[in-house]
Amino acid sequence: MYSFEYRRAQSVAEAAKLIKEVDDGKILAGGMTLIPTLKQRLAQPSDLIDLGKIPDLKGITLSGKTLTIKAMTRHFDVATSADVKKAIPALAVLAGGIGDPSVRHRGTIGGSTANADPAADYPAGIVGLGATIETNQRKIAADDFFTGLFETALEPGELIIAVHFPVPDKAGYIKFAHLASGYATCGVMVSKTGTAVRVGVTGAGPSAFRVPEMEAALAKSFTPDAIAHIKYPPDDLLSDMHAGAEYRAHLVTVMAKRAVAAAIA
Amino acid sequence: MAKISMKVNGKTVSGDVEPRTLLVQFIREHLGLTGTHVGCDTSQCGACNVHYNGEAIKSCTILAVQADGSEVVTIEGLAKPDGTLHPMQAAFREYHGLQCGYCTPGMVMVAVDIARRLPGADEETVREELYGNICRCTGYQGIVEAVMAGSEAMQTGVLPLKEHH
Ligand SMILES: Cc1cc2nc3c(=O)[nH]c(=O)nc-3n(C[C@H](O)[C@H](O)[C@H](O)COP(=O)(O)OP(=O)(O)OC[C@H]3O[C@@H](n4cnc5c(N)ncnc54)[C@H](O)[C@@H]3O)c2cc1C
Ligand code: FES
Ligand code: FES
Repeated sequence: MYSFEYRRAQSVAEAAKLIKEVDDGKILAGGMTLIPTLKQRLAQPSDLIDLGKIPDLKGITLSGKTLTIKAMTRHFDVATSADVKKAIPALAVLAGGIGDPSVRHRGTIGGSTANADPAADYPAGIVGLGATIETNQRKIAADDFFTGLFETALEPGELIIAVHFPVPDKAGYIKFAHLASGYATCGVMVSKTGTAVRVGVTGAGPSAFRVPEMEAALAKSFTPDAIAHIKYPPDDLLSDMHAGAEYRAHLVTVMAKRAVAAAIA
Repeated sequence: MAKISMKVNGKTVSGDVEPRTLLVQFIREHLGLTGTHVGCDTSQCGACNVHYNGEAIKSCTILAVQADGSEVVTIEGLAKPDGTLHPMQAAFREYHGLQCGYCTPGMVMVAVDIARRLPGADEETVREELYGNICRCTGYQGIVEAVMAGSEAMQTGVLPLKEHH
């Protein structure tokens, strides 16, 4: 690891101020992506600004039809929260399937969302449930947040404070996990709220995306059969030694069908 | 350099570390507690697991400075001072949960964490929960049996003995 300065922020305002002041600072949340990256010398920040001790950046609240998860809430807390299980059980399933218990004891929703790994689970949840990302500057709709491979709408120095999820009538999340890493080769979150349906896909493309054709079909009939014939074009999908684009395209339909089945089970 | 202090296996320890020092380096190199192992550099093998404020975490994926003020228990902290093994350690011995022993400290720390969080967990759950602990020797069968027996022993105080064939 290259050397860096370590700074512990006491508040979001202090973290935002520090990140502007230092040369090439990085926010440190759960460290489950950032520290392995530093260990491999794939990044060389001048300073790490740790959010770990900011008191009001953790916690889950259910208020009416909105579930709010603050940025430093860990995957473990989301997976085991009574409020999440009651309001959006599929989101508890998603968080409980991230990595392993030791990773879930440290990794956070804010870090995962900001990192925008193409194979991460949360982006499917955020897009498939139509969440809103609250930052220290503004609110960003899910559809505008993930802009590309490891790219988001966040400005330099902009911090995620919380993610707000509208509570759907039904939702289901299923991933086809990469056997070694556990990340999603393809993961799909499907949700239904009144007559509105959202299908959010992670793992298959450079960043999470929706499938409007499936959403339209599911709005008419919320059953796996309704989308069995819908093929996703492989043209813009990822392709690597583990799964080619054609295979990932196939998985989009299969995982979406299973997610619908989970939602109505 | 940064001054840090934390409780490790019940004792308050302190040290001067570079910010880039990992908790596992602090434990092994500064404190000389070499029971905690490092088996990879990708945060995937689980050999480095310790209990951090009561929960299993990978000590190779947290900076020592982040752990300032925390409570850490390493594999050395499980047995009683007189050497009596923790029930989970006894179970690993009884059920052949180890061969070379490299993965074992991390396995045992995670096993205790599983037993505390999910007492009475079935075999499938135990296998899922051990996802982040890689063993290159045993084929996992003995480990899974050990975790289930050790978990029972932690609840009842009695370790079910393995049937010997
Ligand atoms: C062995 C292993 C297996 C894993 N398996 C999975 C898996 O199956 N699925 C999955 O989705 N993920 C997986 N992960 C990744 C894990 O979910 C991470 O927790 C997550 O990607 C990053 O969250 P973090 O809190 O650890 O963030 P960090 O690593 O601390 O930070 C990640 C990035 O986000 C930035 N950042 C952090 N917080 C904020 C904030 N509030 N505002 C703005 N920027 C911020 C940081 O500067 C950094 O660039 C795995 C990780 C490991 C080590
Ligand atoms: S050494 Fe920590 S996970 Fe491998
Ligand atoms: S006993 Fe050798 S790696 Fe597990």
